[in-house]
Amino acid sequence: MSGHPAAGAGSAAHHEEKYQPVFVGPVRDRLEALFPQYPTRQACLLPALWMVQEAQGWVPQGGVEEVAEVLGLTPAYVKGVLTFYTMYHTHPVGRHFIQVCTTSPCNICGAEDVVKAFLQHTGCGELGATSKDGRFTVIEVECLGACGFVTPVMIGDDFIEGVTPERVPGILQGYK
Amino acid sequence: MSAELVNVTIDGMTLAVPKGTSIIEAAKQAGILVPHYCYHPSLPSPAVCRMCLVEVEKAPKLVPACVTTVTEGQVVHTDSEPARRARTGVLEFLLINHPLDCPICDQAGECELQDYVFQEGQAATRYSDYAKRYNPVEDFGPDVLYVANRCILCTRCVRFMEDVAQAPVLNVSERGDRAYIGIDEGQLLDHPWAGNVVDLCPVGSLISKDFLHKARAWDLDKTASVCTGCSQGCNITIDTRDNTVVRLRPRPNLEVNRHFICDTGRMNYRWMNRGDRLEAPLVRESGKLTATDWDQALERLGALVGKGGNTVLLASAGASLESLGMVRQMLAGTRLTATVQIPTGAAEEPLQGIKGLALRRERAPNGEGARLLGYDTDWGAAVKAASSADLVVLLDVNLTDAEARLVGGAAMVVVLGTIQSQEVPNAALVLPVTNVAEENGAFVNRDQRVQRYQQARTGPGMARPAWWVAAAVGSSGPATASQAFELVCSSIPALAGLSYGDLGLLGRVGPRHALAPLGA
Amino acid sequence: MGYPHPSHQKEHPVLSRHFGDAGARTFDGWVKRGGYEGLKKALGLTRDQVIDEIKASGLRGRGGAGFPTGMKWSFMPREVTKPHYLVCNADESEPGTFKDREIIRWTPHQLIEGCAIAAHAIGAERIYIYIRGEFTAEHKVLVAAVEDAYRNNALGTNVFGSGRRIDVVVHRGAGAYICGEETAMMNSLEGKRGNPRIKPPFPAAAGLWACPTTINNVETLAAAGPIMIRGAEWYKGLCLSSPKSTGTKLFSVCGHVQRPGNYEVVMGTPMRDLIFEMCGGMRPGRSLKAVIPGGSSVPIMTAAEIEDCPMDYEGIVARGSMLGSGGMIVMDDSTDIVYQVMRLARFYAHESCAQCTQCREGTAWTTKILERILAGNGKPEDIGLLLDLADNMTGKTICVLSDSCAAPVVSAIKKFRGEFEAYLSRARRPAMVSV
Repeated sequence: MSGHPAAGAGSAAHHEEKYQPVFVGPVRDRLEALFPQYPTRQACLLPALWMVQEAQGWVPQGGVEEVAEVLGLTPAYVKGVLTFYTMYHTHPVGRHFIQVCTTSPCNICGAEDVVKAFLQHTGCGELGATSKDGRFTVIEVECLGACGFVTPVMIGDDFIEGVTPERVPGILQGYK
Repeated sequence: MSAELVNVTIDGMTLAVPKGTSIIEAAKQAGILVPHYCYHPSLPSPAVCRMCLVEVEKAPKLVPACVTTVTEGQVVHTDSEPARRARTGVLEFLLINHPLDCPICDQAGECELQDYVFQEGQAATRYSDYAKRYNPVEDFGPDVLYVANRCILCTRCVRFMEDVAQAPVLNVSERGDRAYIGIDEGQLLDHPWAGNVVDLCPVGSLISKDFLHKARAWDLDKTASVCTGCSQGCNITIDTRDNTVVRLRPRPNLEVNRHFICDTGRMNYRWMNRGDRLEAPLVRESGKLTATDWDQALERLGALVGKGGNTVLLASAGASLESLGMVRQMLAGTRLTATVQIPTGAAEEPLQGIKGLALRRERAPNGEGARLLGYDTDWGAAVKAASSADLVVLLDVNLTDAEARLVGGAAMVVVLGTIQSQEVPNAALVLPVTNVAEENGAFVNRDQRVQRYQQARTGPGMARPAWWVAAAVGSSGPATASQAFELVCSSIPALAGLSYGDLGLLGRVGPRHALAPLGA
Repeated sequence: MGYPHPSHQKEHPVLSRHFGDAGARTFDGWVKRGGYEGLKKALGLTRDQVIDEIKASGLRGRGGAGFPTGMKWSFMPREVTKPHYLVCNADESEPGTFKDREIIRWTPHQLIEGCAIAAHAIGAERIYIYIRGEFTAEHKVLVAAVEDAYRNNALGTNVFGSGRRIDVVVHRGAGAYICGEETAMMNSLEGKRGNPRIKPPFPAAAGLWACPTTINNVETLAAAGPIMIRGAEWYKGLCLSSPKSTGTKLFSVCGHVQRPGNYEVVMGTPMRDLIFEMCGGMRPGRSLKAVIPGGSSVPIMTAAEIEDCPMDYEGIVARGSMLGSGGMIVMDDSTDIVYQVMRLARFYAHESCAQCTQCREGTAWTTKILERILAGNGKPEDIGLLLDLADNMTGKTICVLSDSCAAPVVSAIKKFRGEFEAYLSRARRPAMVSV
């Protein structure tokens, strides 16, 4: 089943790296600028997790603890929220995270062939695995909300419409 | 709860309940149990298990009884065909991933999944040849194991920790059928009240390591009792198997501990099974303690007591009201100093979400009872006085070596004790008494609530309750705990006129004629 | 295919008038195109006057439920004793639906203006626009537009000199379809798991942080501006069939049509016209097999059933389905219905929040049965079992995700039973290599 990637290659090494705090300097300022926009600090949880993922590429345990401390929540609470939302990575992933929509509207228009093309051309081989060079991870994802532009694909934050198997190699060239 | 009443008909029975009552609670008052998992009277209701769906006439869909309040004229069917079909459906869904662990699961025999499936589940599975979800067992520590495969995601444990303990250390992780209960990495479930999640868990998912594979639920005898850990006086059930106490569980009492006990109290039972017990009355003859029978021992005791003189009574605050009262009365004819030993703990550990519930610093169950009987609490002074007394009576106390030496300075020492280890030099008489699990009695908690406890196991050898020993010294003393209780209460203005019948199993505050209301 | 396509003559562009027009994205550009007049007019009216106008227009929620918008706004307390909140539901995740994305990426100010009108009507000073995390480009456009609006006093402490305070906070989701459910969205905004809440209490009584809250879809809010300017009578007059379905609707047509995209038509427009004329009909050599008219959560319709179907709430209901979000998934005869039903069940199984037993376990079990049927290992009793599970999953849960999983299963078995039986009898080759 599609969804979260399994812990990819290199995750063990990453778990040993010491966590570098994210909420310092400008990032701290960005978070604090959010506080007046909500009546509780807890409401800043999703934005805070986004900030950790932006800085680290994923949300490590250290990030869970830092967010908990900064917002006055318990790490267990933060973890429960974190694991609910599939866009947050709880393991390190490839430098370029590729999400291909395969829900029915795209499915009937050849989305699964697009997935196969990505798996082949990235060298990932299977869904959720990170390519050996650490460049790519490919997963299937649920409806991306661009059903008229099949097949939509997200690579990192880039939202690419109208992907066909033929376009895949060219697209990948742009992601080093 | 409002004083305004609402009339509702449930399964053909019409009753009036306060406005704002949920259907599930109203049904209880009609004697109907609506099957449920996630609902619990001491937790906020999320209505997620969907077991309690009932049919309400004129409502378009089945409604969850736990969060739907009664309305005037409502007609509810808890057992109609649609309601039963819905329940059977929920049970089937719960069983598809639930492992067939009953033969090795501690919950068997007291499992709500077993109970309801037996009542109205399907006999055979339709989930044929599919793999069940698998998650490994997790040690939440110190006492709690989480067997993830058995979890039905009722979230009682998460809500208990979050709302009642106010320490959100458990969460629901992931989504959909991948969800499980999570604890933060490196965290232990060591909150002082965390053990309650094991009781709350309707199935054998959260289980106690202390109780693991110890006994089958149907082998257990269950007795109503009161925790001896502190002065809160939480109501408990003592579970025994073959006359051995194997587990303590909370017994619901909305006025004292609601549905919970702390881990300190929960684990405080091994001493009840000690093997090194005094089993026969011992009398000192020719410098040696020799076993004898009660008639001879009582005669000797009567003689010692009858001499009068300076007497120091050193008592445990874990002794019953009956024992504290009768022993003191037995010594009424002497120049008596009666002192109770009240151990204190380092800190109070409240259950934050429940007002008035905490593990108290006073770590004994009957300090208040002793105080009401006129015992003083200056232990140091009492022990010193004992060293030069004519008679010292020890009532179930543990003395330090230094204290034992001082007490040994008395002319005569009588020990009413439970364990053999105490070696007070020159003890003239050592009499075996029963402990809290082996007798009927009552304690008075810190709020002056008098609560009964009942006998859960037979005491060793010839051990008798301490009140019986004191009563038997005269010849017209009370013969039952009940009589002893009434006699002792009659001497305490705050408790005058009380009898066991007035206490029931939930206890009460104040004297009989005040008729203080019980319960919520 | 897709946008920007020039409007078809049978379309009636109101919201989509400036789709494809990059100049419409800026405040100045929007004003030049007549923008913010609706808000200015609304600010000169009382709350009740605005609500009455929206009520009279017949505008209904365009996110899927079709609840009368004016009535929803009127549920908010008249007296403001606690903060009132407006939440704009931009979490568009219903498979087949992609209209809100279009509105945001081309005309963000149309949305902002609509939000501000609604905020005024319900007595709210703060608007949260909850936009799904995957809409990264639209998020940037929206944030830029909000800043632009503040700079020009369309938002802030004194909107257009009216003395009214209106603030917008753009809040990103993080990948959860269920957060499109209004009570789950509120939980997500509060920094919790996106679990739907039990109702009552209803959001207008106790919503965000227990304060009165209204949640509206992007398309619904975008319509508020045009209605204020051109009037309720105008909007009500845009109606070709049932009088209870008024105005225009953006239909997101996708799947096996020549020209998929967003098409704005008057309510009651025949579905045939949309599919065969505006979208260019089927691919060469193909015939229409089925249409899911309102996003994947509504029953599947056969080609025969859509023949004379007007596209409005009542018309589609009369033919056994629902207008829903208007996400129209068109399937031709090359479609394996059983496979697509499995893929939809898998979608719901992924997105279930895990609260209710029937949904948590039922969506996954349904998926497994369908996978096994497709793998050629189905059992004869599987069809009956699927229907029984669907019945157990309908009408018994906190939200309707469970029902939404059941709907395509039940309708597909009812209308395309032969395809299921072909797999069971091994008349058709297995579609999946392994389960």
